[in-house]
Amino acid sequence: MGWTRKILRVDLSNGTCKSEPLNMEWAQQYLGQRGLATKYFVEEVDPKVDPLAPANKMIMATGPLTGTPASTGGRYSVITKGALTGAIACSNSGGYFGAELKFAGWDMIIFEGKSAKPVYLSIEDDKVELRDAAHLWGKTVWQTEEIIKKSHQDPQVRVCSIGRAGENGVMYACIVNDLHRAAGRSGVGTVMGSKNLKAVAVRGTKGAGAIKNPKAFMLAAAAAKKVLADNAVTGQGLPTYGTQVLMNVINEMGALPTRNHRDVQFEDARKISAEAMHEKRPTDGKAHLVTNAACFGCTIACGRISKIDETHFSVVNKPQYWGASGGLEYEAAWALGAANGVGDLEALQYANLICNEDGFDPITFGATVAAAMELYDLGILTKEQIGLEAPFGSAQALVALAEMLISGEGFGKDLALGSARMCAKYGRPELSMGVKKQEFPAYDSRGIQGMGLAYATSNRGACHLRGYTVASEVLGIPVKTDPLVTEGKADLVKAFQDATSVFDSAGVCVFTTFAWTLADLQPQLDAACDGDWTMEKLALVGERIWNMERLFNNAAGFTAKDDDLPPRLKTEPAKTGPAKGLVNGIDKMRPEYYKVRGWNPEGVPSKETLSRLGL
Amino acid sequence: MQKSLHIDPNKCTGCLQCEMACSFENYGVFNIAKSRIKVFNFEHEGRMVPYTCTQCAEAWCMTACPVDAIRIDAATGAKIVHEDVCVGCKVCTIACPFGTINYVADSGKVQKCDLCGGDPACATACPTGAITYVDADWAGLEKMRLWAGKTDTQPRASA
Amino acid sequence: MKHVIIGNGPAGLVAAETLRRLQPEAEIALIGDEAEPPYSRMAIPYFLIGRIPDTGTHLRKSHDHYAKERIHLIEGKVVKIDAKAKQVEFASGERLAYDRLLIASGSQPLRPKVPGMDLANVHTCWTIEDARAIAAKAAAGARVLQIGAGFIGCIIMESLAARGVKLTVVEMGDRMVPRMMTAKAGNMIRQWVEHKGVGVHVNTGVTAITQKDGALLAKLSTGKEIAADLVICAAGVAPNTAFLAGSGVAIERGIRVDAAMRTSVADIYAAGDVTEAPGFHTGRPELNAIQPNAVDQARVAAHNMAGGEAMSGGSLAINVLDTLGLVSTSFGQWQGVAKEQGGAGVEQIDETNYRYLSLQFKDDVLIGATSIGWTEHVGALRGLVQTQAPLGDWKRRLLADPTNFMAAYLATAQKAA
Repeated sequence: MGWTRKILRVDLSNGTCKSEPLNMEWAQQYLGQRGLATKYFVEEVDPKVDPLAPANKMIMATGPLTGTPASTGGRYSVITKGALTGAIACSNSGGYFGAELKFAGWDMIIFEGKSAKPVYLSIEDDKVELRDAAHLWGKTVWQTEEIIKKSHQDPQVRVCSIGRAGENGVMYACIVNDLHRAAGRSGVGTVMGSKNLKAVAVRGTKGAGAIKNPKAFMLAAAAAKKVLADNAVTGQGLPTYGTQVLMNVINEMGALPTRNHRDVQFEDARKISAEAMHEKRPTDGKAHLVTNAACFGCTIACGRISKIDETHFSVVNKPQYWGASGGLEYEAAWALGAANGVGDLEALQYANLICNEDGFDPITFGATVAAAMELYDLGILTKEQIGLEAPFGSAQALVALAEMLISGEGFGKDLALGSARMCAKYGRPELSMGVKKQEFPAYDSRGIQGMGLAYATSNRGACHLRGYTVASEVLGIPVKTDPLVTEGKADLVKAFQDATSVFDSAGVCVFTTFAWTLADLQPQLDAACDGDWTMEKLALVGERIWNMERLFNNAAGFTAKDDDLPPRLKTEPAKTGPAKGLVNGIDKMRPEYYKVRGWNPEGVPSKETLSRLGL
Repeated sequence: MQKSLHIDPNKCTGCLQCEMACSFENYGVFNIAKSRIKVFNFEHEGRMVPYTCTQCAEAWCMTACPVDAIRIDAATGAKIVHEDVCVGCKVCTIACPFGTINYVADSGKVQKCDLCGGDPACATACPTGAITYVDADWAGLEKMRLWAGKTDTQPRASA
Repeated sequence: MKHVIIGNGPAGLVAAETLRRLQPEAEIALIGDEAEPPYSRMAIPYFLIGRIPDTGTHLRKSHDHYAKERIHLIEGKVVKIDAKAKQVEFASGERLAYDRLLIASGSQPLRPKVPGMDLANVHTCWTIEDARAIAAKAAAGARVLQIGAGFIGCIIMESLAARGVKLTVVEMGDRMVPRMMTAKAGNMIRQWVEHKGVGVHVNTGVTAITQKDGALLAKLSTGKEIAADLVICAAGVAPNTAFLAGSGVAIERGIRVDAAMRTSVADIYAAGDVTEAPGFHTGRPELNAIQPNAVDQARVAAHNMAGGEAMSGGSLAINVLDTLGLVSTSFGQWQGVAKEQGGAGVEQIDETNYRYLSLQFKDDVLIGATSIGWTEHVGALRGLVQTQAPLGDWKRRLLADPTNFMAAYLATAQKAA
């Protein structure tokens, strides 16, 4: 079966929790997690809804492989209308929470309404209740986990929660589980906070036993694990260096956005790279990196567990930060580092700890700091307005701004808006480096052309995880394409977007796609799930999910105009590196993409396309 | 030669494949709550430690059992709970100073690692070599180093 | 070498088997005074509940175990020990010579010295024979009064409840299992059993039992009277030492032994419930009538009887109890020690969910623990107490959240983190 066939509906306004059977017809069309939860969402929620209104809903969903021994089979996603973007949001997280939710017997939780007072949801298998969270409100993610574990008298209870960022309406708040794993982007934590929902604590003892053909499944899972182990990226690169393996690679390519995308190469990239994390520090003789770590079921283990330099200015009197903790991953290291021109690894780690501790997205935060630094550089923001000098490259400013965001004092209020709203507030909207109000991740689309199209058309705003053409354009997975040209990128982006939709709906991690194609995933799904899960069916499921999300966004008011990049990337050529002299060719790629998608020139799916997909 | 489980926490990533394999082998479900091997995550130290019965020579569980439900498997040396004999009195669970034999309320019996009859599923499932099944001599030496003098309730016999 | 062992419970049997392993050629005689193969009193409740047949209580299951091990089983009641002649004497007058003698005669149930304890339907619940009698009389709907809510009382409660009797319990102490559980825990167990429909009277004794109209009438110290069809006495146990009079073996509350399980008389050893052995924490003689302790002592005794030099690390109280499905444990000095002696403790109480955990420290070391509702890894509490592992920062962590005891055990006793 793969599914537990049960969903939990939590009405926060009335304080009720109800079990419902899973719509199995939809499960056959949308698989699970991202696809299936989005189906529920678009069926139940008005696309025009204010993301922070009680009428918005939020779904936490597992996939059919969540909680199974399929490698990386521990994922869950949070689906809602994003606070940051106003578009469909789907943020995916690993750790152990998703598997535990499955073990408790639930495919997904649908939260609706808004609680009158802070609550958290406690799940112990079938025993589900909303509990008072007055004592948790105002607490960090880390404190919340600790308090809940203690009060449940169970170190093995798994918790996801919002920190103070989510409580205080920071527009890009995350939902953090297992201390340093996050459903990170688009402000899903902000939506959770708006509902007065502090946390979900889950303990599952039922397990995931409903596998259609356990023997075939174990064989398929073992074969797929071997593919990961034998692959250079998933078998060696990621476990050894983590996603940070990319820092030097992308910098060499001239695609490392630096100082709010003014530059495409960062002179201090090496200092904040994976290699630097392995090196012994002069101060204490210890390497930054303690170990690599895996999420539930993951045989790649790209996660980084590090210890900050206790003598670093950011933590010198703060022993609470001296223990091992998550980070740095590539995106965070870039956003907190290169994006601001900060080359101080320990400062990045500190800012990253604060992101985890209080639950906000380091990509959007880092990019917002970058925009603020540019506004400061341009004299639009002053030292008085910000509260300190904030030139590009200032580690002190980065650290202080992270603390300011959480205190909510002074300029922290502006930072809480995200770069789009902040830049608009100060009259320079074009300085926000993002799409649909969500900031770019760590790949400059002048040096990797396909990513420009992937960003522009991503249904949740700028994002690398919706169509990671970097795999092809940089790493040659599954085939090498030229990163500097636009030709063929429309097809490439569509293929990545559709395939990723399936991976995100299956319960596995998208990082498997460094080694896996759909052909590796398909036998596992087919053995686990009721029904016949052929390659053709999966391809259709992926495309169906993409178009369903697109329809929601269109209905929410997004148009072709929103499938665009900021002017800087279209008019200011890359200054150095292999892409020197290039801008992104989005205006050329977009029409091709619409055509490949079977959409009209306004970006609206044609009748034929919809009917082909059964939408 | 008899073999035993050798655990190297330095290699553990905390993926819990071992726990899933254990529950699947013994109960036919993927349910880490039923696993006889547990991975402990020391967040503050950044260390993951898989842990299960070492089939220790002293076998507190076995000698404490009042009904002879725990016996040595001649082939593997594992101390095995015979569920048909176990009455669920739980004395073994407090006698074992390692905390690796536990009462299961569902079955009313205790459970512990039985080395899967000589092909431990956890070792097979471990992707990093943190759990291996090796010649007992070598693991035994390691074990002795680890636990020498630590749980000293036993007669230090010279006879 | 000729070894004679008085008492065929777990201590006697484990000693016999250990001796056989150490001395393949020795003669080993194991004396029991019941007409049963060696069996376990621990298993009696499960026999009573019908989960196992009486053979399920047997300490060893294979029929030829004793023949194979060349352990000579003797049924008889020892009435006297002649230490000079190195002989034991049976009630029949027969004598048996020994080179080394182990006294593992266990304990016997105590009966309150009140009128009526000898009435036909008043039973102790100690032997298999007792259990058979109780099983025959404790029919569904029968009114059963149980005297004593200690360890044994609690453990037989489930089997009685499962038989559908109407159960009332009286306990002299101020809570249930007062000698094994903290006040909070004992009262939590009381709430649990009351919730399950058992009547509980604490701070109460039985002052007399009379026969009236075919039923029993128990008069309580509170003045109340309770009618019952059956009275079960589980009011504690005491070492079984009467037959040692005149043997020269030093006895206080139990047989005094040293860490090698030697008694005051040469070549006479003792192990199990009958002993008063040096306590793990105090070093002073302690009664500790529990199975794991009995077999640990038996092995030490056997090693020394075989000419080795084994020392017990000290007798440690460890208990596990299942009271109508509520599992509780206690370890070591669960009461804790005074602050002036370096004592500190933490108690986590969850009355709604019947979960409880108390950890007691002395300086840097865990010295005792009590739990309710915990079944995972509880043995590690023994590990922490017995290894006396210095806890370092883990003490602070455990005081903040005691539920992390397993992690603390791994990190300290096993140095795994």
